[in-house]
This record gives sequence, structure tokens and C-alpha cells, in this order.
Amino acid sequence: MMKPTDIKNPSYFHKVVDCQWACPAHTPVPEYIRLIAQRKYTEAYMVNWESNVFPGVLGRTCDRPCEPACRRVRVEETPVAICRLKRAAADNKSDITEHLPDIPKTKNGKKIALIGGGPASLTVARDLMPLGYDCTIYEKDPKAGGLMRTNIPSFRLPEAVIDEEVDTILDFGVIKKFNQEVTSLKDILDQKYDAIFVGTGAPKGKDLNIKNRYEAEAIENIHIGIDWLTSVAFKHVDKIGKKVVVIGGGNTAMDCCRSSLRLGGLDVKVTVRSPKSDMKASDWEIEEAELEGVPILDNHSPKEFVIENGKLKGVLFEKMIAEYDANGKRKLISSGEDPVLLECDDVILAIGQENAFPWVEKDIGIEFNEWGQPTVDKITFQSSLPNVFFGGDAAWGPENIIWAVAHGHQAAISINNFCENIDLNERPDPITNLLSQKMGIHEWSYPNDISNSNRFAVPHTDHSHALSSIEVEVELGYDEKLALEESKRCLNCDIQTVFTENLCIECDACVDICPVDCINFIENDTEESLRLKLKVPALNTDQDLYISDNLKTGRIMAKDEDMCLHCGLCAERCPTGAWDMQKFTYIEAHTEESKILNYVE
Amino acid sequence: MTFIKKPIFRHPSLPKNDLGLTYRDYEGLVSTLCAGCGHDSITASIVQSCYDLSLPAHKIAKLSGIGCSSKTTNYFLNQSHGFNTVHGRMPSVATGANLANRDLIYIGVSGDGDTASIGLGQYCHAIRRQLNVTYIVENNGTYGLTKGQFSATNDKKSKNKKGADNPFGAIDLALMAIELGAGFVARSFSGDKEQLVPLIKKAIAYNGFSLIDVISPCVTFNNHPHSTKSYDYIREHNTAMGELDFVPEKENIQAKYSEGESVDVTLHDGNSINLQKLDGNYDPRDQDKAVSILRKYRGEGKVVTGLLYINEDANEMHETLKTSTTPLNAIPMNDLCPGIDELDKLNKSYT
Ligand SMILES: Cc1ncc(C[n+]2csc(CCOP(=O)(O)OP(=O)(O)O)c2C)c(N)n1
Ligand code: SF4
Ligand SMILES: [Mg+2]
Repeated sequence: MMKPTDIKNPSYFHKVVDCQWACPAHTPVPEYIRLIAQRKYTEAYMVNWESNVFPGVLGRTCDRPCEPACRRVRVEETPVAICRLKRAAADNKSDITEHLPDIPKTKNGKKIALIGGGPASLTVARDLMPLGYDCTIYEKDPKAGGLMRTNIPSFRLPEAVIDEEVDTILDFGVIKKFNQEVTSLKDILDQKYDAIFVGTGAPKGKDLNIKNRYEAEAIENIHIGIDWLTSVAFKHVDKIGKKVVVIGGGNTAMDCCRSSLRLGGLDVKVTVRSPKSDMKASDWEIEEAELEGVPILDNHSPKEFVIENGKLKGVLFEKMIAEYDANGKRKLISSGEDPVLLECDDVILAIGQENAFPWVEKDIGIEFNEWGQPTVDKITFQSSLPNVFFGGDAAWGPENIIWAVAHGHQAAISINNFCENIDLNERPDPITNLLSQKMGIHEWSYPNDISNSNRFAVPHTDHSHALSSIEVEVELGYDEKLALEESKRCLNCDIQTVFTENLCIECDACVDICPVDCINFIENDTEESLRLKLKVPALNTDQDLYISDNLKTGRIMAKDEDMCLHCGLCAERCPTGAWDMQKFTYIEAHTEESKILNYVE
Repeated sequence: MTFIKKPIFRHPSLPKNDLGLTYRDYEGLVSTLCAGCGHDSITASIVQSCYDLSLPAHKIAKLSGIGCSSKTTNYFLNQSHGFNTVHGRMPSVATGANLANRDLIYIGVSGDGDTASIGLGQYCHAIRRQLNVTYIVENNGTYGLTKGQFSATNDKKSKNKKGADNPFGAIDLALMAIELGAGFVARSFSGDKEQLVPLIKKAIAYNGFSLIDVISPCVTFNNHPHSTKSYDYIREHNTAMGELDFVPEKENIQAKYSEGESVDVTLHDGNSINLQKLDGNYDPRDQDKAVSILRKYRGEGKVVTGLLYINEDANEMHETLKTSTTPLNAIPMNDLCPGIDELDKLNKSYT
């Protein structure tokens, strides 16, 4: 027998808001989308800013784990363009100064060192500066931003956008020690900071140690992808040969090939060892590269760099085929075909990156595992040295910006607890709230008449203009009209169907109206058999069943949360108000009090 | 009333019938009735039945009179033929339509006011003629549309919403239908789709007049503690006469019931119904028994539901009238109306 659902458990409804649940920073997505629909761009931006700190950057570059989670893909093909709507908020916002936190003039006397000036460290600074901490950022490059600045080319992310969002935080009064590579953690420890945060990312690009890699004739023309992108970002490099081979199948490879096209490359190819379907790069990045005319040659495993007449001639590849064993585990084996020579002037290696800590002394109390990864607590981000915290790619290897931000928020909580002598496991609770949306008999204070349209494409710069310079941003972003149309596709998954059993007269009105057949009045049973007995069997076990207590007839109400469109028709057709549509607010706890509710009310 | 259109999105794993349609292809517009009205559940049951039977919508005509109940033909089978007639006059229009085109399936929807008051005479004659129609009365004991006056099916002891007594006795439309010779008489409850859907399927398959008197609570005017047609009252006083299973010709599920516990009734078209007997003595082919059971239970304040009476041998109107097997609308104009010369000849033959 299934027990009635405890909707007071904050995770229950949070899980129903699939996008917010999937977002590492738990950004209240439907909330900001509704603000965009009301043209409240600044408020929409601030809801984002509080959650993810870099809405303008993320609205262009986020890996968007929210989108595959979007409920819309269960009833049609494409998710809501959550990420690009975030950009629309950033593009159309007004001055945000008045909404920024006050930074106390009198400091609390605690000093924090942040090593590495990327999104993780900047987030820690964002969260600690308003509490009166003195934060110092050490950055090896001349400007802060980390991989946002060095690894994402400007045609995807203009420098001005990074500058604006990074400066917002630096302008809180962060002490900048830029152009200063930290070469010894001991040095920093000796400076008696109250806590140290390591956010140095995963700056070590993997090398490819095959024949002729280090021959003098070739070495100048073989580049490590992320280092090459950094040189491009800081304008140390502004051209490349006509023929370029990019080796690797991740987003860095896509950035490298597209950058090459803009720096003189005419014949640019990407090669991957595996079948194309196994590539790590996001689908949309692959698509953009192909649209720009870059062929992706899969099943190509590099064998040697070929040198002829005293210079690099090309790369020799062995053709592979993928074999899968009974468990679906992949093995790449040689196809036996003749090796293929791809001629080129330059090769860019984009085959992965790692974090690396040559600057952390082995004897100062920081434990590393056998793979050279620091031991870091998953919840507190504390290392084995109590005053040293890790976050972002430095903690567990390469992820993406939104994870770095999520880590930064949590690390800031820990650092604050640490400095205040509070147990690090005492994490502040999220803000949760349920609020009825009923306005009149059939009126709700949320837009339940959702759009049937397919996803709206983001307008692009004309192709030849786009390739003319690395500074030209390819995507133009939604204009206001498109943003409005796209926002209407959001299903408002945070507006929950809340059921009150003692009001129900079991008239079936909700069952009859529900467009996706989620509601059932049925004999109670075990979850397993109940799932099969519903009007349409609830086979997606990732999604919960909402179970009521016993009703008058002895049956229960069982609702499959999986397909619910949050259209509110059940509540509209309910004669007794047993169903109500209530907005579930979930605001992740940070070091300071949330202002999100000010923006949405 | 609901303001938004029902979203077009559907559950991706909805089952499909023989025509490749989901039940949602049998829907109509979103109901404008009061939320919780029993009539909406009957609408859903009609949708489900037509879907289950894989009926092509263009082969169905839905007709109704006036009332909340009669409005519901707009809420199902959007692609079918339809006629919202005048108050109480649905049987006449249905008779005309059926005479002109006997090939359509006729679903008549009416209310207790529409049928038992203003339309009582029409009702009687449609039954008397065995008009081939599935006649569904959405019976709430009140005139819903005109704000809750007692109807002629309202029980004597019950009160209205304000507490006034109903001074008159009720007309039992089912009892009357049996008496008038209806071949298929059933009673059900809007809140019991498990019983109602097989009954509707069965009634549609039945060749002749089939009545389903469906008790359908009016949440706004007749769902109070002194009502005998409220959700609670019906749930407490419902006595189901048998569990019904509609067995289309192609399937045979007799094995489900052990011998002696069930009655199989085979219809003209080869379909059959299987009635699982709860009351060991009940056989719906026995007219006298049906009448006495209805009387007995009414005396006890109970509502008997299920298939009450069925006559497998009754002739429908076209059979009695020996009309053309080709629907009139399919007969060429020259044959249908041979012209003035033929009329003259005919007239002369009487002189
Ligand atoms: C000729 C005529 N007389 C009276 C009316 C007013 N009238 C409209 S609906 C109705 C009663 C409907 O009752 P019922 O058939 O039980 O339908 P319900 O609304 O209860 O479903 C009446 C008397 C009318 N529309 N036309
Ligand atoms: S008045 Fe009564 S019969 Fe009419 S729609 Fe409302 S509940 Fe239904
Ligand atoms: Mg009525």
C-alpha cells in the first residue's frame, strides 16, 4: 500500500520543477521565464544573478542540463529554450546597481584568499563580500574570468559580457592580485588568511604522445587546444595555417575548429576516435561547427605526425570501428583499412583536460588520491586541511560553468561557517513556499494557456559576416518578440497541483478534463502494481506518484507527475476546490538573505 | 466555465483503437457546464465507448433537446453530425433523421426535464416505434439550466436546495420504457464509468430503442444532503443488478465467468453481452421480473442499476415499416421523387 505523499517535504515539489531540479544552482527557471513574458527583464536577470551569478555568460554558453530535463520534451520534440531566454533577460535588462547587495564599509576582520579568478572563486567572492569579508583573488592571467575568458571564443561570448559580469563582483572591492601565478600554497598559507579557496580549474590540456610529437620540425605547429584558445583570447595568436586538423570531440574541439576558420583556416577538419554519436560535445555546438562547414571525421584514431621536407605534412590516422559487448560497453578496434593521411599546416589537440596541482606542496596536509585529485568533501568542499576549500573544476575535474557556480555558493557557506565556528554540516535550509494562484473562479495568476508552437530558432549573424572576424558574435539572441513567444512555451512546472482529500466528492471532473490522463481514482496498492494499473501506466519511475489519503469510497487519488502540463484544468473543473494550483517556490540557501521574492511579487 | 482551450498535447503512450485513433480524437469542445456536473462524466463515457468500438465519427449523428444535458452533444465527437433541437423534440428530429438515413448511428442525449416533462409524449412514441437510437437521459432530478426547479423524475420525499418539499411523485423513465416496449433498458450512474461504458457500448450495438437512464448529480442545484440524486446518496443506495461486459463479435471472453453465474445475450449483429449475475435469480430477458424488481427496490429507496431489460427479438422501426434498405439519402433523386406524371398515374389509380 502506498502512503500518502508528504508534500511538506521540500524535495517533493522541487523534483516536479524538472528544470530547476536539474540546474546545479537550482535557478528558479519558470519564475524568470514568467518575468520575461511580463517584460520585467531586470527582475528576470536578478533572479538569475542571485542563483547563477553570470546570466549573460551562461545565457550564451551554459551546458544547460535544464533543457533535456524540460517537461516539454515529454509531450513534444523540443524543450523550452531556457538558456537563450536567460540571455534575453541579460540583453534587455536595465541598470542593476540598485539591486546589488550592500557591501559593508566596516569589514568583519576575516581575510579570504581565492586562488584562480574563474567562476568558482568569483562566486565565493560574490557571496562573502556582502558579509564583510576581505577577499583577495590571485589570478595568473591579466584579467579575471578563468575559462569563461580564456577558453570560450569571443564569437560565442563577447568580451564585454564577461567584463560586465566579472566587474560587478570585482567592484564589490575584491583585492585583485592578477598576473600572479601562485606557485606555492605554503606561501599563501603563511600569509595567515582565515580561509583559502582553490578555484584553479582544470588548466592542463592533455597531450598526445604519438610518433614525431616533439620533433623540432613539427612542434611549432602542434597546439594544445585550451592553451591555444587562451593565446587567441589574449591576442597573442591571431592566425593559423590554411589547413587545420583538430583532434578531439568535445566542446573545446568545436571552439578550436570554429576559431581556426576565423583566423585564416580554409580547410578545417575535426577528427574523433569514436563514432560521432559518442562525441562529448553538446549537440548544438556540433551543429554550429557543421553549419560553418567543418567536417567531422569519426572513427579516426591518430597514429603519427608525418614530417616531410623538414616540416609538418599532416597526421596519419587508423580507421576504427566500435564494438559493444553484452553490457553495452564500447571497445574501439582497428577496422583493418589502410591508414588515412590528413594533410595540414597545423594540428590542435583538444582531447581533454585535467586539474593539476604542481604548486601544492605534498607535506602541508592536503591529501591527494592515487589519481592526483585532492580529497574534498562533497557537501562542504573542505579539503583535509580544514582552512582550505576546493571548488569548480579544481575539485573533481572538468565540468562546466554552472557547476563551478554551484560549488562556489556552497563553499562560501562553508567558509562563513568555518570563520564563525559553526559546524560545516549545519547547512542553511532553502526557502520554500506554497501559494495559491487562484484569482477568480476560473482565473489564475499564472499564464496557463500555453503555446503549442515549436521552439523558436535564435537568429544568427549572416554567415560570411560571422566568419569575417573572431570578434563577431554569431548568435544575435532573441529579440523581445521572439523571447515573448518562446516564454509562452513554458509549462510553469512550479505551479503545483495540490490535492485536499476531505474536499473531494469523487465526481471525476478532473479525470475527464486532464489532457494527459495523469489523474486516477483507484484502489490503493503497492507502488509497483499501482503504476501499472493507472489509466496510462506510469512507467517513468524517475517521476513520483502523488498519492492521497483514503477517500470516501475507499479509493485513493493517484496522480502521475510525469506528464502533468500544469494547465490547471483539473482545478478549474473541480467543484469543491479539492484541487488547487499553488506556486511552489524553492530558493536555494546562500550566505545572505535571498531577494528573489522581491522581484517576483 | 473554463476559459482556456484544452491543450492539444496528449500522453505519448495513449493506446490507439482499430482506426489508429486515441480517445482524444473523439472529444468535443471543452465543457461549459458547472465544474463537477455529472453530465461531463457521461460525456467522457460516450467518448470512451465510441473510441472502444472504433466507430468512425462521420457515421454518428448526435441529437439533443434543451437543457444542460442537451448541451453536452457539443462536448463529444466533434467530427460527427449533430442537431440541437427544440425542448423535448429530440425524438421527432431523430425519427426523421433515422428515416432518411438508417445507416448512421444515432445517439440521443436528453435530460429528465427534456424527456419526462415537455418531451414525454415524444419519448413514448419513439419507444413505441422502436426507433433505432441510443437514448441517454442525463437524469439529475432538476431543471439545471433554468436554475433548479423540481423535475418530474425527482423523488417525492426529496427536497430542493432551499429545503422545500417535492409534493409530487416521480416518473420512472426506465419502468415506463419497459412498459412501452423498449428493447433495451438500463440505468446507471455518471460516477460509475466501469458500469456505464459497457452499457453505452451495448446500447449502441443494440438494434432498436435503447434507453440508458443515467443518474447524474447536478452539483449546483441537486447535490445537497436532502437530494436523492446526489453523489453521496447514489453511492449509498446503488444496487447493481449485474456486472456487464460487452463482447464484440471478434472476441470471446466467456472463459472469464464460470457456467451458471452468467447469462450470455447474443445480438442480431453477432455481438453479445455477458451479464454476470450478482442476484442469482435475475435474468434481464424477463420483462415481468424487471418491472417487479424496479418497483420493489423503489419502495425500499434503492436505485437499481445495470442492464434491467433486454429483448433480443424486438423489431426496430425500419423492420416494422419494411422501408428500403438503402438509406433515402442514397437513393437517386429520380427514384425517390419520380415526378408529376407518376403522381398523376397514382392518383388516377384510385378513381
Ligand atoms: C419550449 C421551452 N420551454 C421551456 C424552456 C426553458 N427550459 C430550458 S431548459 C429547461 C429544463 C431542462 O431540464 P433538463 O432537461 O432536466 O436538463 P438539465 O439542465 O437538468 O440537464 C427548461 C424548462 C425552453 N427552453 N423551451
Ligand atoms: S446547473 Fe446542474 S446540470 Fe447544469 S451544468 Fe450546473 S451542475 Fe450541471
Ligand atoms: Mg435535469
